[in-house]
Amino acid sequence: MCGIVGLFLKDQSLMPSLGEMLTNMLITMTERGPDSAGIAIYDSASNADLKLTVQSDNPEVEFGLIKDSLSAIIESSVSVEIKDTHAVIKLSGEKMILARQALAKLCPGVRVMSVGEKVEIFKEVGLPREVADRFLISKMSGSHGIGHTRMATESAVTTMGAHPFSTGQDQCLVHNGSLSNHNSLRRKLKRQGVLIETENDTEVGAAYLSYKMQQGSTLEEALESCLKDLDGFFTFVVGTKDGFGVVRDPIACKPAIMAETDQYVAFGSEYRALVDLPKIENAKVWEPEPATVYFWSH
Amino acid sequence: MQVFDLESNSLRELNATLHEQKSNTNKGKWEVQNPRGRHAIAVGLDTAMDVRVMGSTGYYLGGMNQKAHITVDGSVGPGVAENMMSGTITVEGDASQYAGATGHGGLLVIKGNASSRCGISMKGIDIVVFGDVGHMSAFMAQSGNLVVCGDAGEALGDSLYEARLFVRGSVKSLGADCMEKEMRKEHLDILSKLLKTSGSKAKAEEFRRYGSARKLYNFNIDNAY
Repeated sequence: MCGIVGLFLKDQSLMPSLGEMLTNMLITMTERGPDSAGIAIYDSASNADLKLTVQSDNPEVEFGLIKDSLSAIIESSVSVEIKDTHAVIKLSGEKMILARQALAKLCPGVRVMSVGEKVEIFKEVGLPREVADRFLISKMSGSHGIGHTRMATESAVTTMGAHPFSTGQDQCLVHNGSLSNHNSLRRKLKRQGVLIETENDTEVGAAYLSYKMQQGSTLEEALESCLKDLDGFFTFVVGTKDGFGVVRDPIACKPAIMAETDQYVAFGSEYRALVDLPKIENAKVWEPEPATVYFWSH
Repeated sequence: MQVFDLESNSLRELNATLHEQKSNTNKGKWEVQNPRGRHAIAVGLDTAMDVRVMGSTGYYLGGMNQKAHITVDGSVGPGVAENMMSGTITVEGDASQYAGATGHGGLLVIKGNASSRCGISMKGIDIVVFGDVGHMSAFMAQSGNLVVCGDAGEALGDSLYEARLFVRGSVKSLGADCMEKEMRKEHLDILSKLLKTSGSKAKAEEFRRYGSARKLYNFNIDNAY
């Protein structure tokens, strides 16, 4: 099992409450995934080009180092906002490569969760409510976001095994299901020089999408090719800078339900996750078709 | 009529209360408020009573039902009427995957569409869907009738035993060992009765019948390894 939620706002007046709505949806999906939880939330960065979200097992020391020295090393101003084990570093776009190289030297234990103009990814081991509280998700605003509650089947319950997985700048992936050919696909991708850090099947799915897009596919084409190259069960929800996409494997035994009104498009593993959304009783509610790629964007 | 609000009392209390009713009960009509997508509402009922659920539900509504008449004013999640024995379940909206799975008897009416695997392994239940059904519907269906007033998805009736399948619209593809069959008077009679009972205005003559080619479930020495 696992739970997925997603919310894409059409009505800008709802943006300040995106985090609160997503948090409630995520908590409703606790029974589907009590091991770990994560959320990707998209909001414009104020006063900066790019946001780099990082995670540390030793945040006091490592985030202290970043605060004290990163700006001097890359000779550019940065802002560091610490949220529990994660930090969101805002910086100038042209300094991103330099900053990542500097981070790798300065504190090698720090892991990059996401890079992008809008995206921030927070994920940790624990009950969805606890994870959402640690990162104050309910206080966040944004245009859209996706969340995941994990019941681990394919690899260990760790922060790095939690979803969402970053697949590129402003892109991320969450997954309900299990891929059965992830070991062979991991070997193939590694031979092509793709960095894969865990034994997790979804990370391979994410790496596959990134690889396809590096080879020139659009995200939509990359998702289409998932249907051919990935074996196993999957309902994927991908976050993009402007919206989100959904694709289910041809067997489609992993549940998915969508709701759309004038104000939003919402995704849930179950209808329960959607019942508190505004005017849900008047929404168009349907199940996304198997082996079909859907996208909603601004 | 008795009213049970799932916001003020638990699901377990609802099901226990419904299970307590005996056949001579004077509390034969129930309205369940605020289902909010909850799972396993009104499961395991074994007394003739009317239960109306005022909104959409989650997994397994009315599972294992015997004798009761359950109506849902909304849509239902996966596994509605799973293993139903008798009685009726009517869904005013849509149904998610495996509606009526393994049902032994009774009537399941879905007034909207049903998703994939509708009537999988059905064993005597009658299912009438006013809209479409998804892929792999009536997979390994053994007995009973599946009536689809709209279209059927891929691989209808794969590995079918002796269930009858009636489809008014198009069939995307037939599964292994499923074939179109002649619609004889006896089939038109069964179908007309089911359409009338379920409140559908469709005419039996508009349907085609599908059934088992009976090549897969008979032992064939040439298929042995």
